[in-house]
Amino acid sequence: MLSTRVRIELVAATLILVGVGLMVYKVFFLGFPLLPGEYRDVWTIESKISFRPGDGPVEADLTLPSELAGWVVLDEHFASSGFGFTVTQDETRRATWTRSELAEPATLYYKLQAYRQNPRELEQRDVPALAVPLLTADQRAAMLRLIEVLEAKSSDRTSFTQLLIRALDSRTTDPDGRFLLSTWDEDSGDVLLLTLALAEIPATALRGVRLEDGRRRQTLSTLLEIHDGERWQVFDPRTGQAGLPEDFFIWQRSEDAVLNVSGARNSRLEFALVSNSLPSRSVLAMEQRSGRYALLDFSIYALPVEQQGVFKGLLLIPVAALVVVIMRLLVGVKTSGTFMPILIAIAFIQTTLLLGLAIFLGLVAAGLWIRGWLSHMNLLLVSRISAVVIVVIFLMSALALTSYRLGLDQVLSVTFFPVIILAWTIERMSILWEEEGPHEVLVQGSGSLLVATLAYLAMSNRLASHLTFNFPELTLTLLGLILLLGKYTGYRLTELYRFRAMGDKP
Amino acid sequence: MKWFARPSRLRAAGMLGMNERNIGYIGEYNPRRNYPLVDNKLLTKQAAEQRGIPVPALYGVIRYQHEVNAVLDVLAGREEFVIKPAQGSGGKGILVVVGRRGDRFIKSSGREIDAADVCRHVSNILAGLHSLGGRNDCAMIEALIDFDPVLASYSHEGVPDIRVIAFKGVPVMAMMRCATHASDGKANLHQGAVGVGIDIGSGRSVRAVQNDILIDAHPDTGACFADLVIPHWERVLDLAASCVEMTGLGYLGADVVLDRECGPMLLELNARPGLAIQVANQTGLRNRLTLAAAIAARAKGHDERIALARAQFGEAG
Repeated sequence: MLSTRVRIELVAATLILVGVGLMVYKVFFLGFPLLPGEYRDVWTIESKISFRPGDGPVEADLTLPSELAGWVVLDEHFASSGFGFTVTQDETRRATWTRSELAEPATLYYKLQAYRQNPRELEQRDVPALAVPLLTADQRAAMLRLIEVLEAKSSDRTSFTQLLIRALDSRTTDPDGRFLLSTWDEDSGDVLLLTLALAEIPATALRGVRLEDGRRRQTLSTLLEIHDGERWQVFDPRTGQAGLPEDFFIWQRSEDAVLNVSGARNSRLEFALVSNSLPSRSVLAMEQRSGRYALLDFSIYALPVEQQGVFKGLLLIPVAALVVVIMRLLVGVKTSGTFMPILIAIAFIQTTLLLGLAIFLGLVAAGLWIRGWLSHMNLLLVSRISAVVIVVIFLMSALALTSYRLGLDQVLSVTFFPVIILAWTIERMSILWEEEGPHEVLVQGSGSLLVATLAYLAMSNRLASHLTFNFPELTLTLLGLILLLGKYTGYRLTELYRFRAMGDKP
Repeated sequence: MKWFARPSRLRAAGMLGMNERNIGYIGEYNPRRNYPLVDNKLLTKQAAEQRGIPVPALYGVIRYQHEVNAVLDVLAGREEFVIKPAQGSGGKGILVVVGRRGDRFIKSSGREIDAADVCRHVSNILAGLHSLGGRNDCAMIEALIDFDPVLASYSHEGVPDIRVIAFKGVPVMAMMRCATHASDGKANLHQGAVGVGIDIGSGRSVRAVQNDILIDAHPDTGACFADLVIPHWERVLDLAASCVEMTGLGYLGADVVLDRECGPMLLELNARPGLAIQVANQTGLRNRLTLAAAIAARAKGHDERIALARAQFGEAG
């Protein structure tokens, strides 16, 4: 049989660990931001497919991006008025728009929102079998010469690729490079891939969008991906720069066409880009809709935005409770009513601190004055307090009306002060005044206000609200702490003052 | 004097803190179901009378609002009396009348009030104004203690009472509480009454403290506390120790008054006695409570417990 103390300690330790553990899990595995200051760049990528009518049925087939290299798609939308629309998934996801005939030029839209959750390298994958490129004899001869020269200069596939990119640059001085470039009229991507294939280096194109805020009519860009014998590496085919650029959203990991349109002419695929800096929590809220993580499904983000606001407030109350527990058990501050300070603090949140303090003091002072007058009337207690309640409401209305006339919106929020609590406070303070004198009123009143102010500061702290809202499991941790404090048998700070005369000689 | 005591020093002195008192003693040894007997002074009084423990005479009890005016009938012909809520705490709501002038009543502070004030006071008591948690309450009208003249010089405008803390039937620490002008005739230390530590062995004073500061003499009467010896000390301890058996509370404070005629009387009990008694005695409760537990385990009966306590906690011991 364990003693209650040990039992409480075990329970509290479990609660604290569960709370902190869940939080750590969410931070490190689900990517919840630990600090409130974090903002995420969320890109809205709108792809616009436009084409002119041709003969017969039209089919437009768009490869949809898959989530690679740490990118997460939050949301997608398809606009396809008048078209039959399906999304198929085999190796890659594809959107297909169909229509039996087309009279006018048409535009189809696919919009997605994505952010890079934790930037990492591109996923590794199997090395495909090398295909022997089809080349004319002079092309082949030029390529082999080029390969020979570059192989002599390079140490491995990486440096070979970088040298090759330079050799096939439009400003190149290499005669073979110049010759090869002149035999392809499109950009150097195809030459690069064919040369790499001939050099027996597995390589593919990486299609994607270069992210640039506010950019319209952006087209697909291509990066080069080679296998260096151990792993896949990305190169910029224009600069030779290795590594996946930060601002590159991968659409497709092969050189195949992203868009296939049949039965229409002049098809184009263009992108418009917008970047939004969103607080991480909104990003998570959006991500939640994709419903991949059970833990997120049970989080507060699953609630409608309005209810989220309510919970945001509710989840802060344990923080205020902890402040009260600390101030009463560790410090030993006297308050009038145990949780009265929390209620005052909640009211302060609506009114802001200084104004709240002013209103509170004003209302209590006026209430005390009226209560003093009421005490001469020799009323029964319940009806006297009811009278004070009504007087308090009247004072609040008067204050709200006057402030409205004066154009002070903030004072309107006095209605958030809990009327009954205020009336009881006035009654108790008044009794306290009569029985124990103004000194005790001052002690308890200022104690309440001090604790309320601290609770307010804790609750309005951006970090506290961020943590409690994003990690509601921390409430368990708070509960654990409060349980532990409930078993604290040490001295209170005020007792050190109170017992200061111990051992003194008078 | 320093502003703060060092925790290590308080621990060395065996000072009991509020948190430790609440968890280690009140929570541990005072079963909740036994509280009403202590918190309700009317029940305490009845239980004490059954056991033959002397208490101040009860003139009447007012339970309902419609009876409020009946208080004047109870008071008819009585010069001095006390009206208190049965479930009040910390001395709240106690009206002490020491005399009459025609229709008017003279309070212990010398202020005069009229019958309507008395009725309003009773009505407030009934509505629960002074009770724990605002419960409905009843008002008790009791005889005023005619306190022992030996103690008269140590109190100003009020009755001095003796608080004895008993643990498991062993008297552990005692203090006399003397009203002062600053405390408005009340014997509550936090309102400025003087607390005088009393030696358990002899009933002599140990130290006196007002507002947590050590003093030598009563601030109003000038009486020197060093000369103080509580009369009928044996009887006071006996009374306090009996209360543990009466209430089933392991840790309690008994407030005893000394009547000129009847000697020690039980005034009220407290299930959550305060800690200022430690400063008045210049010693902590913690060590004594440990020793008291040992005494309780060793002693065979009520008298032996008291005898052992006097030997153990007395200054000679």
